[in-house]
Amino acid sequence: MEKPRPLWDNPLQFIFACISYAVGLGNVWRFPYLCQMYGGGGFLIPYLIMLIVEGMPLLYLELAVGQHMRQGSIGAWKIISPYLSGVGIASVVVSFFLSMYYNVINAWAFWYLFHSFQDPLPWASCPLNSNHTDYDEECAQTSSTQYFWYRNTLNISPSIEEYGSIQWEQAICLILAWLVVYLCILRGTESTGKVVYVTASLPYLVLIIYLIRGLTLHGAVNGLIYMFTPKLEQLANPKTWINAATQIFFSLGLGFGSLIAFASYNEPNNNCERHAIIISLINSSTSIFASIVTFSIYGFKATFNYENCLSKVILLLTNVFDLEEGALTADNLDSMKNYLTSTYPNQYAELLPQIKNCSLEAELDTAVQGTGLAFIVYSEAIKNMEVSQLYSVLYFIMLLMLGIGSMLGNTAAILTPLTDSKFLSTHLPKEVISGIVCFINCIVGLVFTMEAGNYWFDIFNDYAATLSLLLIVLVETIAVCYVYGLRRFEKDLLLMLGHKPNWYWKIMWAFASPVLIISLLIFYLTDYIRTGTLQYQAWDATQGQLVTKDYPSYALAVIGLLVAASTMCIPIGALIIFIMKRLKKRNVSTLE
Amino acid sequence: SGINRLREVQDQKISNVLLCNMTERVSFWFVVTDSARNVTTVPGSEVEAAIRMNRNRINSAFLLTDNTLQFLKISSTLSPPIEPTVPVWVIVFGVVLCLVVAAILFLVVSGIRQRKKNNNESAETGDLEDKCDTPVTTENGIPCDILDLKAGQINGVYAADDERFTPL
Repeated sequence: MEKPRPLWDNPLQFIFACISYAVGLGNVWRFPYLCQMYGGGGFLIPYLIMLIVEGMPLLYLELAVGQHMRQGSIGAWKIISPYLSGVGIASVVVSFFLSMYYNVINAWAFWYLFHSFQDPLPWASCPLNSNHTDYDEECAQTSSTQYFWYRNTLNISPSIEEYGSIQWEQAICLILAWLVVYLCILRGTESTGKVVYVTASLPYLVLIIYLIRGLTLHGAVNGLIYMFTPKLEQLANPKTWINAATQIFFSLGLGFGSLIAFASYNEPNNNCERHAIIISLINSSTSIFASIVTFSIYGFKATFNYENCLSKVILLLTNVFDLEEGALTADNLDSMKNYLTSTYPNQYAELLPQIKNCSLEAELDTAVQGTGLAFIVYSEAIKNMEVSQLYSVLYFIMLLMLGIGSMLGNTAAILTPLTDSKFLSTHLPKEVISGIVCFINCIVGLVFTMEAGNYWFDIFNDYAATLSLLLIVLVETIAVCYVYGLRRFEKDLLLMLGHKPNWYWKIMWAFASPVLIISLLIFYLTDYIRTGTLQYQAWDATQGQLVTKDYPSYALAVIGLLVAASTMCIPIGALIIFIMKRLKKRNVSTLE
Repeated sequence: SGINRLREVQDQKISNVLLCNMTERVSFWFVVTDSARNVTTVPGSEVEAAIRMNRNRINSAFLLTDNTLQFLKISSTLSPPIEPTVPVWVIVFGVVLCLVVAAILFLVVSGIRQRKKNNNESAETGDLEDKCDTPVTTENGIPCDILDLKAGQINGVYAADDERFTPL
C-alpha cells in the first residue's frame, strides 16, 4: 500500500511557509542599501515595475508547476520533459551550496544572541591592552562594534590565503544552528508546517516593535528624510533597473526548487494564483517596511555619532584654549572656530589635524549592506539605546527567525526530490535522509568557521547562486512556455484552478520575463568580462579597515567550479537522457 | 617610603597645595610643598604616583569620574570590564543546546515507536486477510461445502404458492 503524499494541514501553512522562505535576510540587509544607493524613494518605481513584470509571473509559474506535478524539482521537470531533468538537478545543487553557507549566518546570529545577555553588551566598549593604560590598538583605530565582529566573532585573518584554525566557538554555534534546522525538518511537512507559523510571524512582531522604537529615537527623522528623498536622476542609470530586477528575482527565491517543493504538498485545487500575488506583495512590502526601520536606525546612529564628534571637538578646543565651560556649543561652533583662528593662529594651526569636520551627511552617507549592516551597524545603534539588552535579544531572535525560515525552504528543496525518489525512500526513513543531509552540510560548513572563513563565505554568497539561478529560471520559463506548451499549461491550470490564466500572465511568461532574464544574464557576463580579475575586501588589523585584494588562483578555480557545477547539470542532464534514449532505441531495434 | 612621604604630606594642611594659572576653564596647575623641608616642592613624580594610587578618593571628593576629571600627564589606569568566571554566553548556549537535543530525541523516539505500531497494525490486518484467503470456494457468497451437504436450496422467489395456479 503506497503512502499518500503528505499535505499541508491548511492553505495558511503553505502561505506562511512561502512567506517564511521568501522573507529573509535580503529584505532586511540588501533592499535598504539598494534604496539608498539608487535614488531613495525613487527606487520604488523600478522595484514595483519589476515586481509586476518579473516577480509575480515567475512565482506563479513555479507554484503552478509544483502543485500540478506534485513532485520535487527533479521529478517535476522530468514530467515536463525528460530532457529537462538536468534543470531539477541544477536546482538541487544550487540549494545545496546555499544551505552550506547560509546556516553560518544563523550561527553568527546565535553567537550575538547569546552574548546579548551580558550587561553591558560586550560590543559596547573596547577591551583594554595588556598593561591597561589604553584601549586595544586594533579596537582604538576602528570602533568597538567592528572590533567585536572582526576580531571576537570571526577572528578574521588578513587574507584568504592564511587559513588559520577552526574557531571552536563559531563551530559549536554552527552545530547548534544545524541541530535547530534538523529539529524543524525532522518530520517533513508535519513539523515544518507548525514551525513556519512562528518563523513567519515573529519577525513582523519584532519589526513593529523596532518601528515604534526606531521612530521615537532621537535623530531618526534625519535618516528617514535623507534616505527617502527621491533622487529621480538615478532612474536614468541602467544599474538602478538591473539591481531592481535582481533584487526581486533573488528575494523571492526563484529557481532553487523550494517553491516547487512547497507547492507539491498542496491540495491539487489550491488557488496558487491568488497565493502567488499575496506572497509577492507581502515580500515586497516587508522589504519597504524593513527599510523604514533601517533608515530610522541609520538616522539615530548618524546623529549620535555626529553629536559625539561635535562634543569631542568642543572638549578639545575648550581644553586647549582654556575657555569657560559652556562657551562652545554646537550652534556657535563655527563662529567660535573662526574667532579662534584669528585670535590664536599658531595654536589653532597646530591643532588642525586633530579637529575633525563633523558632518551629518557624511555619517548618513555610509551605505552598508550585508553582514556589515546586520551585525555592525545595527549592534552599534542598539548599544546606544536604553535597555539595550532587550532590543539586542529581540533583534537577533528576528534575524534567527528570518534565517531559519529561509533554511527550511532550502532544505525542503534538497529533501523533497530525495524523498520522492523511490530508491531512497524505501531503504531509508526520511528522518535518516534529513539527518545525513544536515550532517554533510554541517561538516562542509565548518570551513566557514576558520579564520579565513568569512572570505570563503563571501565567495559562496556572491557566486554560488547568482548566475546559475538566472540560467535555471530562464530554462524553466522557456521549457514551460515552448517545450511543454503554453496551451497545455493553460489546460492544466484550468483543471487545477477552474479558470484559465488571463493575457497578462501569458504575455509575461512567454515574452517579458525571458527577455528580462536574458538581458540580466548578458549584463552580468559583460560586467565580469570587463572587470577582468575578481577582488575581495580583506580586513587589515593594523589599519582597522577593509582593503581590496585580488583573489588567488585557487579561489578563482573554486568560483569557476561553483558556477559550473550547477549550470553544467542542465546540458549534461539533457545529453545523458538523449544518449540513454538512443541506446534504448538501438536495443529495441536489435531485439526486433 | 613613598607612601610614608605621602602620609606626611597629607598630614599637612591645605595651605601646602598651591594653585596657579587658574583659567576660565575649570583647570589649574598645582604644586605641593613639603613644609617639613623648608618650602620646597614635592617632586612631580611623587605627586603623580600619589595621585595614581588615590585616584578614586580624589575623584569622589570632586564628585567626578575618570572621564570628567583629567590629570594631564597622568594617564588613568582604566578599569577592565567585569568578566564573570563562566562567560554568560556559554550558559545560555548550553541551555538552548540541551533543549534542542531533547526535542530531537523526543521526536525521533516517538517516530520510531509510531512506526513500530504501524508495522504491528499492518501485520495484524495482514493476518486477517490471510484467514479470508484460505481456499474456501464460494458461490454467491454461500460456501460450496454447505451447498453440497444440503440437497439443494429452496429459492424463496419461486416458493410455489399453490393457490396461485388455477386449478384444473
